[in-house]
Amino acid sequence: MSLRELTACAGVSGFENEVRAYLIRQCKALADEVRVDALGNVIAICHATKPHAKRVMVAAHMDEVGLIVTGVEDSGLIRFAPVGGIDPRVMVSKRVIVGERHVRGVIGAKAIHLTSAEERKTPLPVKNLYIDIGAADKEAALKLVEPGDPVIFDSRYVEFGDGLIKSRALDDRAGCGMLLSAMERRYPVELAAVFTVQEEIGTRGAKAAAYRLDPDAALVLEGTTCADIAGVKDEQKVTRLGKGPVVGVRDSSAVHDPRLRAFVLETAAKYGIAVQNREGTFGGTDCGSIQRSRGGVPVAMMAVATRFIHSPVTVIARKDYEAGCALLTHVLQDMESFLNDKEGDCNE
Amino acid sequence: MIRKVTAMNSRETLMKLCMAFGPTGAEDKVSQVIEEMVRPYVDEIRRDAMGNLIAVKRGQGKGKVMVAAHMDQIGLMVTSIDENGFLRVANVGGIAPRSVLYRQVTFENGTVGCVGLNAKAPSLDKVTLEHVFIDIGCESRAEALEKVQIGDTCIMQANFLDMGQRMSSPAMDNRSACAVLVEALKRLDTPAMDVYGVFTTQEEVGLRGAKTAAFAIQPDVGIAVDITGESSYPEAEATCSMKMGQGAAVKVRDASVFCTPAVVRWMEETAKEEGIPYQREVLTFGGTDTQAIQLTGAGIPAGCISIPGRYIHSMCETIDGRDYEAAIALLAALLKKEYQH
Repeated sequence: MSLRELTACAGVSGFENEVRAYLIRQCKALADEVRVDALGNVIAICHATKPHAKRVMVAAHMDEVGLIVTGVEDSGLIRFAPVGGIDPRVMVSKRVIVGERHVRGVIGAKAIHLTSAEERKTPLPVKNLYIDIGAADKEAALKLVEPGDPVIFDSRYVEFGDGLIKSRALDDRAGCGMLLSAMERRYPVELAAVFTVQEEIGTRGAKAAAYRLDPDAALVLEGTTCADIAGVKDEQKVTRLGKGPVVGVRDSSAVHDPRLRAFVLETAAKYGIAVQNREGTFGGTDCGSIQRSRGGVPVAMMAVATRFIHSPVTVIARKDYEAGCALLTHVLQDMESFLNDKEGDCNE
Repeated sequence: MIRKVTAMNSRETLMKLCMAFGPTGAEDKVSQVIEEMVRPYVDEIRRDAMGNLIAVKRGQGKGKVMVAAHMDQIGLMVTSIDENGFLRVANVGGIAPRSVLYRQVTFENGTVGCVGLNAKAPSLDKVTLEHVFIDIGCESRAEALEKVQIGDTCIMQANFLDMGQRMSSPAMDNRSACAVLVEALKRLDTPAMDVYGVFTTQEEVGLRGAKTAAFAIQPDVGIAVDITGESSYPEAEATCSMKMGQGAAVKVRDASVFCTPAVVRWMEETAKEEGIPYQREVLTFGGTDTQAIQLTGAGIPAGCISIPGRYIHSMCETIDGRDYEAAIALLAALLKKEYQH
């Protein structure tokens, strides 16, 4: 398993076949039980080191934002729409890969010579963009591409600079990688590893998986917004690259369980792992779907700070990722104490 | 252990609850206050993973009724702390930037502060929370971090204004409904149904606590208690018929729910039988725990008793004592009876 392999797989929300096949292979080697549910979530159970153990669901979403083919013009140019939250400004002039047959294309637009000064002031809307796969006409294009085909940006895994990694889809293949690495060990709690689908279009997969698993607690692993770049005020940076794994506080889907969050922070301190808070409350995650499943589940979030998230060139720091893997392992190792503490009603 | 209970009247209950700390996601303190109040009157108390406080009074085997009153109140959450010790914040629930400006705030650990505005902020109608900060009297980030952490939530400083017949507080939504539920639980003698009094969490951000509580309890009927709008103040919306002082409001709908007609009838008939003043409520906006209960499992009959109020989600949410007492009387009367489908 490697982040390079994980990010090489396509997995636009709703079209997760390729990345799912990879994850199933990895899970079969690491887990005691592996199954795929009706929505396409991969659920891998790692038995506990003791009987009658509590169940901890750890979720990372396998899907990524991308595009979908909506039609083919007579000219052979392809119309598309975004899947998940993609800024239209990042689309133009990008190389893309269309469909399961991996047809290469580029996203084009009218050349600068043909645009008015007024047009150049506003970003190109998706309706003015198209994918060129080099087809001579509609008939030729339809032999390679069909409406409904998913599209990913052609942006490979590259290690660069001071321990940084660039690829598309590090949100949330970084989380998937952390989860696979945790599955290499066994813990006093049962690890119910879930690679969820359709997170980017409404945290849908996690909902069904949490209902089925009925866990005692849950952790959500994410690639999360990192705006530590020029022109952003300090209070709006949210997270910072290289400052360690991110611990969530609240997002638009959930107020993370304060006790479980405190336990994650205590565990980080205990093992000398520097962590950072997520200094922002926007954006949804699988936390909400899991937290409010059945009678309620305590949920916390751990994430890898991801620059330029939801673009073709997402960037993380390897040391943040590795520290995240270490923290997850420690949390699972010690989690029993949290689960035992939280029990007991108020009649005592 | 038998506790000595000092009897508290219904207005004292309301005042005490309005003074408790409990923004969305940090309801522990108000939950403890409520637990103390209801413990002598119920058979069992527990909390669930969402932090809902569930107080159970066993009945005579005629099914289960769940009554939900949300404990949480709107507030502000710290998202970052700058090098000079000023806190930047995000809203918790529907809190308007103009209603928090230059107010005093309180954190769970007792830290207090003032809400300030960037010196170059735009005019008031254009102000967003990005232009707002909290000044807790510190000069550096390190000093501020000794008092407050990222993720801490504050409330507008608690207060309770007794104007005689009417009362005002920043926490009237929804401590007035919590007080109604507390007082009704105190008046339960031998209920027909098992009564699950649920003080729910996270209502203000999407009816979240009530959802899991209803799933776990699976009641035969659900009643939410909440605050609603009213229209007897200057230039109030003509589409709102509720008037302060005209009695408890029996909800027909709000933006989140159409109450189950049989439950509405049950409430209206009970009010008539007992001579309790009531009015119908049609609210064109807003959501309540009623929806979360109604849409649980294969669906649960649900309705809502509301207390008409003005200036909701401001620092001076105001209700009328007569409506408050009528809501208590109506809920207590309903809980004595069996719900007939």
